[in-house]
Amino acid sequence: MNSAQIEIQLIASLVAIACAIPGTFLVLRKMAMISDAISHSILPGIVIGFFITQDLNSPLLIVLAAFTGVITVVLVEYIQKTGLVKEDTAIGLVFPALFSIGVILIAKNANDVHLDVDAVLVGELALAPFDRLIISGVDIGPKSLWIIGTILLITITLLIAFFKELKVSTFDKGLAASLGFSPAIIHYGLMTVSSVTTVGAFDAVGAILVVALMIAPAATAYLLTTNLKKMLGLAMFFGVFSAISGYWLAHKLDASIAGSITTMLGLLFLAVYLFAPNKGVIAVMYREKQQRTEVSLLTFLLHLKNHNELEERHVNHLREHINWHKVRAKNVLELAQKNNMIIIDNNIVSLTEKGDAFTSKAIDYIITNEDAQIEDMKDDFFLFRG
Amino acid sequence: MDLQEYFSLVFSDYTLRTITLGTAILGAVTGMLGSFAVLRKQSLLGDAISHAALPGIAIAFLITGAKDSNTLLLGALVSGLIGTFWIRSIVKKTHLKSDTALGLILSLFFGFGMLLLTFIQKQPNANQAGLDKYLFGQAATLVESDVWMMATVTALCLFVLLLFWKEFKILLFDADYTKTLGFNTKFIDVLITTFIVLAIVLGLQTVGVVLMSAMLLAPAAAARQWTNSLSKMVFLAAIFGAFSGVFGTAISASQTNLSTGPVIVLVASVFVVFSFVFSPSRGLLFKQIRFIKNRRDLELHKTLAFMHHIAETHDNISHPHAIKLLNNFQGFTRKTLQKLVEKNYVTLDGNMWSLTEIGFTTAANLYTKQATEDE
Repeated sequence: MNSAQIEIQLIASLVAIACAIPGTFLVLRKMAMISDAISHSILPGIVIGFFITQDLNSPLLIVLAAFTGVITVVLVEYIQKTGLVKEDTAIGLVFPALFSIGVILIAKNANDVHLDVDAVLVGELALAPFDRLIISGVDIGPKSLWIIGTILLITITLLIAFFKELKVSTFDKGLAASLGFSPAIIHYGLMTVSSVTTVGAFDAVGAILVVALMIAPAATAYLLTTNLKKMLGLAMFFGVFSAISGYWLAHKLDASIAGSITTMLGLLFLAVYLFAPNKGVIAVMYREKQQRTEVSLLTFLLHLKNHNELEERHVNHLREHINWHKVRAKNVLELAQKNNMIIIDNNIVSLTEKGDAFTSKAIDYIITNEDAQIEDMKDDFFLFRG
Repeated sequence: MDLQEYFSLVFSDYTLRTITLGTAILGAVTGMLGSFAVLRKQSLLGDAISHAALPGIAIAFLITGAKDSNTLLLGALVSGLIGTFWIRSIVKKTHLKSDTALGLILSLFFGFGMLLLTFIQKQPNANQAGLDKYLFGQAATLVESDVWMMATVTALCLFVLLLFWKEFKILLFDADYTKTLGFNTKFIDVLITTFIVLAIVLGLQTVGVVLMSAMLLAPAAAARQWTNSLSKMVFLAAIFGAFSGVFGTAISASQTNLSTGPVIVLVASVFVVFSFVFSPSRGLLFKQIRFIKNRRDLELHKTLAFMHHIAETHDNISHPHAIKLLNNFQGFTRKTLQKLVEKNYVTLDGNMWSLTEIGFTTAANLYTKQATEDE
């Protein structure tokens, strides 16, 4: 590894951490698409800033672009408030318009601007180490490293200072307001941080990767935990992991670093999405299947309790009476037998004492509507849950 | 070339005619299907799908090695559909919300697409240049066969829309009821989603991945402001879309260095802003005017009621009172007083006012009438 490679990985990791923090809150606040909108609509801000300063790394550019980001949020909210269209439509209307203005501004001034729309969208991390920050003749590292480092520092400071406020206002807006935290200030603060992070990161990794780095690690972490601190930590870890492994993938394929970091994020999400212990698709499907069996078992037991006639309780008739497929009927029958709920005598099914008591309880459970009572009953009644 | 020249050339010049026709058809079909996307609260789905289509384009190119736009669009369609259904399954199977799912699929697919595109660019294959036109779209690359393709798809859309109009409509507004009626909601749902994806994919070449969502949303959002009827909305959206296409092409052709996609989007946005402000029933302007008018009426009523209150205490209702009396009352302004005179409710005499007969009865009935109306 040479120093340029280390610097690239360092920049990518810092960007990943800087994005994961606001990203976690955006995902929790159901505002993930706002980050997409911001990442597109900062383009006119960047272009105008570039016209003024002629320097892609100037602080004024970041301020202007972040300002455009906040304008986007304000515009979206204004349109929502008019009630003319739904929330998501408002987002979808605002950012393409702003992005178009940016593209047209670039195209009209193509001769004097060394700014490429592709570069804004995709970025080129590989070039980041070549733009050095030189202070009084001493080379102290790549510019983007310093920019993103500063942003990260500010973000972390804000996170620690306002963690409690952020937490409360994310999960309970009403409580936050009644405790005296202004939801508006926290909201716009978060939006400003997201805009600044997006701007600071875009020229290293491009607008789309910023969106990916904000949403994907947070979403992946959200599938694994419901604890905010753990979620933040996991999101940062996933971000950094994808950044570094993505860099090496790009190195191997000789392709865009931003693209391969996103691909790594995608693979990571896919893996967690499928295999997460409680919320993964496979776990959910397994649980759904168990619940189906549970419900079938209940129906079956209730049927037995309701009928004393022998013909209704004959093994071969069960299928017609409760309208089940053969396999399922067999499964349920075995399950009930295993739990000592029924005995089969001469192909006639009857409830055992335990089964009878259980079924009475189940009827109670079904006809009880009050939550508090149901909570108590749940435990002694489901077979598969701990 | 200025606008006039453009319109004189549009029928004779091959390139201009093709592009104009293409963007017009595209605008119409995205407008039509966009109405459904907007009403189904799937506005941002368009954004996600258009980004999700990118890896499909790249993979189609990697497999066939040819730049035939139909095969590439087929790839885009497949990958767009995969993205859409993955979004749905994320929302359905996990506790992630739809905005997270959209953002995830959008950015992850797009990033993967970029990886493939840069990978293709490094390949020793001279054929690769031009795939990035799908990023921002280049209407100028439209040829007649593309336009035919669009026209065919539009005709197909129109046919399916008319055939399943009733089903689409009822699913849109009351999904549960549709199910109880025995319609196969899953099929209708998949059908309409597939067509939305198809429309998006169709526009990629012209306006590009990034701006495609606006093509879908803007005409529909504009049309929504003018009508409450679905058929009228779909029709209007198609017209708005088509006009955005034509005007956008005209403006971008009349200037140098203007790409068509962004201009079309801006024209469509102008339609939206115009509709937001000037629509008679929902527009902001008329809403504000109604608001002011209501406030004035209320003030008028308040003043009248106050006068009535004073006049009640006298035997002669037309007994004159000083205007000063009204001063500590908020609803009163010179204008309202003038208006009351115009309506013949009040007569003014110097600094004194007196209620007329009509004024008194109107004021007496003012709140009783409202009270009965409220009940």
